[in-house]
Amino acid sequence: MADTTVGIPTVSVTVNGVLRRGTPEPRKTLADFLRDDCELTGTHLGCEHGVCGACTIFMDGEAVRSCLVFAVQAEGADITTIEGLSAPDGTLSVVQKAMNEAHGLQCGFCTPGFVVSITALLRDNPDPSDEEIRQGLSGNLCRCTGYQGIIKAVKIAAGQSVDANGKAH
Amino acid sequence: MIPAAFDYKRASSAAEAISLIGEYGEDAKFLAGGHSLLPLMKLRLAQPTVLVDIGKLTDLSYIRDAGDHIAVGALTRHRDVETSDLLKQHAPLLAHTAGEVGDPQVRHRGTIGGSIAHADPASDLPATTLALGATYVLQGPNGTREIAAADFYQGFLTSAMAADELLTEIKVPKMDGAGWSFQKFNRRAQDWAIVGVAAWRRNGDSGVALVNMGNTPILATSVTTALSGGASIAEAAEQAVAEAEPQADLNASIEYRTHLAKVLVRRALEAASS
Repeated sequence: MADTTVGIPTVSVTVNGVLRRGTPEPRKTLADFLRDDCELTGTHLGCEHGVCGACTIFMDGEAVRSCLVFAVQAEGADITTIEGLSAPDGTLSVVQKAMNEAHGLQCGFCTPGFVVSITALLRDNPDPSDEEIRQGLSGNLCRCTGYQGIIKAVKIAAGQSVDANGKAH
Repeated sequence: MIPAAFDYKRASSAAEAISLIGEYGEDAKFLAGGHSLLPLMKLRLAQPTVLVDIGKLTDLSYIRDAGDHIAVGALTRHRDVETSDLLKQHAPLLAHTAGEVGDPQVRHRGTIGGSIAHADPASDLPATTLALGATYVLQGPNGTREIAAADFYQGFLTSAMAADELLTEIKVPKMDGAGWSFQKFNRRAQDWAIVGVAAWRRNGDSGVALVNMGNTPILATSVTTALSGGASIAEAAEQAVAEAEPQADLNASIEYRTHLAKVLVRRALEAASS
């Protein structure tokens, strides 16, 4: 086994606007660094091998899975987690409000990842079609909702009018 | 899921990365986007003792017009390949296929060079660059060499690249208005292809390669030979598996894969010819 105590590089990342420094073991993922070292437990870990998307965060402006990045790889990165998406006083973001309104969650475990992915999707494509929403969220799994409420939430957040069945008009 | 421990080295240049990999030998691996390597490490199917991180070598992330071809730096992320105006104009098959890899999160981290160096026959970009007749540029301790994609893939996750060589660039010939199609058959958006086909066609010329139809990406030369001999698309598509060695897995039997390959080659050629 490799010696894990010698020459561990220091990591400096900006998380939700705050500079965080640490010396995580190289095999520690960014997700575990955020949860254990930064005590930001809003980022959830489901599958831990790059399928479910619950751990999705913003890294240098793009939605990425924090379970598939070692913390040491994030040196110098600008990171926003789910905790950084609501206002400092706790006011929910447009996407979070829409998820609430549209019942876009049940157990809530996958929700932080979905909120990040939806926020990224709507930033790049403010008025997505159904197909674009489904493609844009294809890296996130939800086992409760059947996705209908989530898709409706995207439409509400995008300012599209929707009926009770989530169909846009 | 926690990978086995390893030593971590962050390279600040390609030359330093190659020197480090040479120093630590066969158990050392390059780390680019990590989206092929990390899942393998977490499942402990891979246990490198040293990782040489090349992720900060931003000078290997570029897409340039180089006359008869487009030069794509190995560290260019799938998302940047997908959205490149230069590639959309001159190699639209590659830009489109990059947008079919995995899901948005994968495309934001995964790199074209990492995908090719990993040499997974189920990945989309190895077969696509093979169909396009791309050339790969490898840098080693004694300089650089170029190798045709057709000579690169040697077996399952195995390539002609030496342990101390780094893939630095992919040279993609300009398609010059060729018709093209990428057919990916899978059951969920983020899955690997059960079978995939990358194809282009221009006048008498064509290129066809298969995803997940053997231990390597497969160049379907019998299909293109049949086409240039005047065969119809339906006749040529019947030759789809002549070079393939499909295997059975949870998703498909050999017979099903064979059937899919013929159907998808026909569809790809029809789309590339319209």
